[in-house]
Amino acid sequence: MTTISSQIATPAPTYDPHARISGTVWLKANLFGSIWQSLLTVIVAAGLIRFFWFVLDWGVINAVFYTTDPDVCRAATGACWAVIVEKHRPMLFGLYPYDEHWRLVLMMVIYLVTVVISLWPRFWNLRLLVPLWIFATLSIGALMFGGVLGLRYVATSEWGGLPLTMLLFTGTVLIGMPVAVLLALGRRAPLPVARGVSVVFIESLRGVPLITILFVAVNVFPLFLPAGMEVNKLLRITVGIAIFFACYQAEVIRGGLQAIPRGQYEAAQSLSLSYWQTTRTIILPQALRISLPAITNHIIAAMKNTSFVIIIGLFDILTATTAVMQDPLWRKFYVEAYLFVAAVYLFFGYALSLYARQVEKWIASGRI
Amino acid sequence: MPQSSLPDQTSTPVISMRNVSKWFSAFQVLHDVSLDVRKGERVVVCGPSGSGKSTLIRCINRLEAHQSGQIFVKGLEMTDNVKNIDTIRRNIGMVFQNFNLFPHLTVLENLTLGPMLTRHMKKVAAEDLAMHFLKKVRIPEQANKYPLQLSGGQQQRVAIARSLCMEPEIMLFDEPTSALDPEMIKEVLDTMIELAESGMTMIVVTHEMGFARTVADNVVFMADGRKVESAPPEDFFGNPREERTRVFLDQILKH
Amino acid sequence: MTDASPGRSGARPARNLKDILYSESFRTVIYQVALAAAVALLGFYLYQNVIANLSRQNIATGFGFLDQVAQFEIGETLIAYSSRDTYGRALLVGLINTLTVSAAGIVVATVIGFSVGIARVSTNWLLQRIATAYVEIVRNIPVILQVIFWAAVIRNLPAPRQAIELWGLGFLSNRGLTFVMPVAHAAHVWMLAALVTGIVLAAAASHLAKRHREATGRYVDMLWPSIALIAGLPLLVWLVFGAPHAISYPQRQGFNFAGGATISPEFVALMAGISLYSSGFIAEIVRAGIQATPRGQVEAARSIALRPRFILRYVVLPQALRVIVPPLTSQYVSLIKNSSIAVVIGYPDLVNIGNTVMNQTGQAVEAIAVMMMVYLIISVVTSLLMNAYNRLVAIKER
Repeated sequence: MTTISSQIATPAPTYDPHARISGTVWLKANLFGSIWQSLLTVIVAAGLIRFFWFVLDWGVINAVFYTTDPDVCRAATGACWAVIVEKHRPMLFGLYPYDEHWRLVLMMVIYLVTVVISLWPRFWNLRLLVPLWIFATLSIGALMFGGVLGLRYVATSEWGGLPLTMLLFTGTVLIGMPVAVLLALGRRAPLPVARGVSVVFIESLRGVPLITILFVAVNVFPLFLPAGMEVNKLLRITVGIAIFFACYQAEVIRGGLQAIPRGQYEAAQSLSLSYWQTTRTIILPQALRISLPAITNHIIAAMKNTSFVIIIGLFDILTATTAVMQDPLWRKFYVEAYLFVAAVYLFFGYALSLYARQVEKWIASGRI
Repeated sequence: MPQSSLPDQTSTPVISMRNVSKWFSAFQVLHDVSLDVRKGERVVVCGPSGSGKSTLIRCINRLEAHQSGQIFVKGLEMTDNVKNIDTIRRNIGMVFQNFNLFPHLTVLENLTLGPMLTRHMKKVAAEDLAMHFLKKVRIPEQANKYPLQLSGGQQQRVAIARSLCMEPEIMLFDEPTSALDPEMIKEVLDTMIELAESGMTMIVVTHEMGFARTVADNVVFMADGRKVESAPPEDFFGNPREERTRVFLDQILKH
Repeated sequence: MTDASPGRSGARPARNLKDILYSESFRTVIYQVALAAAVALLGFYLYQNVIANLSRQNIATGFGFLDQVAQFEIGETLIAYSSRDTYGRALLVGLINTLTVSAAGIVVATVIGFSVGIARVSTNWLLQRIATAYVEIVRNIPVILQVIFWAAVIRNLPAPRQAIELWGLGFLSNRGLTFVMPVAHAAHVWMLAALVTGIVLAAAASHLAKRHREATGRYVDMLWPSIALIAGLPLLVWLVFGAPHAISYPQRQGFNFAGGATISPEFVALMAGISLYSSGFIAEIVRAGIQATPRGQVEAARSIALRPRFILRYVVLPQALRVIVPPLTSQYVSLIKNSSIAVVIGYPDLVNIGNTVMNQTGQAVEAIAVMMMVYLIISVVTSLLMNAYNRLVAIKER
């Protein structure tokens, strides 16, 4: 296996990144005098103050924070945050049996603790992580499904809310990343057939909307299986989103692969490493580091994309909220409810990007 | 003005800076700098980095605006008057450290852009002119290539030719060889020496002390935004008056 | 790409079996044959299963269903359609709706995106911070949530009787957006033709002006003449037709409006959601484009005394567009794909109608294939055009 280096185009020389015109300078020189500048500031500030005053007035001063009576909200001129208090359980947990909600709370705690520990470089050793993930998987499985330890059995069709969003997202990333790496390697493989298969796969899936892939997962995939064999719908959908995610991620990783100088391959060859050894120990670690910012963007996008399951009727947090907002007593307060859901997505998205920035710092300081 | 040994003492200076000061927000980069340059004179400006030497020559064609003092170019005062700025810029060519060639245009297009758009030359005439100067800098065969296809030295010579196509009376050089590999420095310096020999008025910011010794009529040393010393090269290198100049020369000539 | 180290295995012929087995070219072939066979086998296996399953469930195959009568109505159509038309025509209606809402969304997203992108690099700190906040918020809330939110907003707007008035130009109500519209007149078609003619003439005149400049050195400013041509010709046509100025104002009438033109609530919600979401990404593309031109480029242009508009036209714009156009185009494609969210709020786009067709005929494979092919064609055509554009404008470096 000594054919790798010839496949690697030297990265195109990039344009001198120094001494950029900040568009700022350009605009100031060409569009704004200082009088306009200050006028603009005054107008913008006035608008901003009005906006914040409205937010304060509507969201805090005149808002109703707690009541079980929708008429109290109706009488108020401000926001009705009480709708979130009143409806938080169906919004957060969907169709899951009401009396079993404590299992979902426990599941989310285990999930978040496991994820947070796994993201910490200090704990990156397999003797800790493997048992941790086995424990987490088993306990989350037991809590979600039940049917053991005297817990009531709950079918996946009843799962819902935030735990479902979390599971979909985690499944997407855990299944999607390895597929993405394989597709990216395939697209840069020395074998033309492998390249062809990868290119066709990646490009045709990137060319269609996620919705059509979900349709395939729900309506077409069962036809692929021999009679009598079935795959759980939730699993099919997760795999569908994961493969869609993988096709985008593969292009990002390919960018990282392309950025690796030829010398790295040549050095690896001179140590007589095989293709897979070179890939695993030399190339991939560098490529993934290089493309990390773009990888993060797609991981955040994957989290947002889990919301597409509303189309095929899974009860994630958005579907659950939309269903709750059918309640004629409370549906007037949809703005508050959707703001809450948006805040949940913004929170997790922000947390992910903060973590990614931390990882970039760790990389820059040579810690990982 | 300690410029007693100038060849042409009597004529009025083409560039005259009087007590020019400039600030970047709170930081003062130029302190009351005065400088006269006569027609045909070659001035080399040197000094440690951050001494304001680049800013000094960038004020002459108003890539930077000075905030106090006066700058006259051929008797025309540099103010924020757009017409004056335009006239002055047409008379002054500038060569940058990083060449700043337009990467999306061919070498020939880089050279003809200015003459066609600002001097209203016909395309044919502008191309003749461009080829004339490309021959002068000895790379006529590269006319239809793109800048990034050339070596650094070639790019810098194209940049010099681009300025010459405006047929300026004065040329400013802002560290023209600092971004070049050693083997390319000579080809650019040779081009500049030829230009000097043809009688061009030049202000050159550079660390090439050999160039200063052989070409300059006058060497200006700057530090911390001030003009510390200015003298003909024999005096400047042989018998520097200021302690700071001596330290600087020691450091730069040691290597 | 197939230099499987010719130096080693290609130089001398393999002499025995061992040599062949260990030769790289042989292994390369074997791996590929194995991979191709695996893919083909998998495809064949799946195909077999699909055929077996379909015949077991008595589901027809093939695209014959496209000619059958659809038997369902569609709320919004731009071409004539009734429930007696075929499934094929229903899907065509859906495609046209997809393209319509996407086109409108692209215009809105571009206008907002460019404004915010320029604000992102403003020297005005306040404006810049607001633009940044806007970008972060619209990009990080799922587009589907945004569409559902806007649909809910419109559904909860007052009925036409209490509709919100928009400066006398229209109304916003739970029936959608109703606005004033000139009464249709034969002149309009001709005005449109005049507009196109004006654009063509302006382009030709600019080209001539450039030729003239190159030949004589004299510069003719074509900016105002071009604007005059593009705006003036339609105006002239309008005057020739006797300046038809009948305008239909929407009036509240019973439970609805009479007169004017109305855009359905679903259209407004879908367009708002997908275009606001995309505008955040477009803003970032524009910011990157503006910042892509190094400062030295403008300084060099100034040092050869180019006027600001020449600097913009010949130095900054050509370099900024190289950076902006390719990602902008893929953002447009992504907006078109996002328009398939229509199915959630009931706007009859391609996917929504395809979904109905799928449920009525049971022919999931074919219905989904039709949808996928349409989007795939849009994507592939766009990316081919983009590749051509990139080759055209590529900055040559080697």
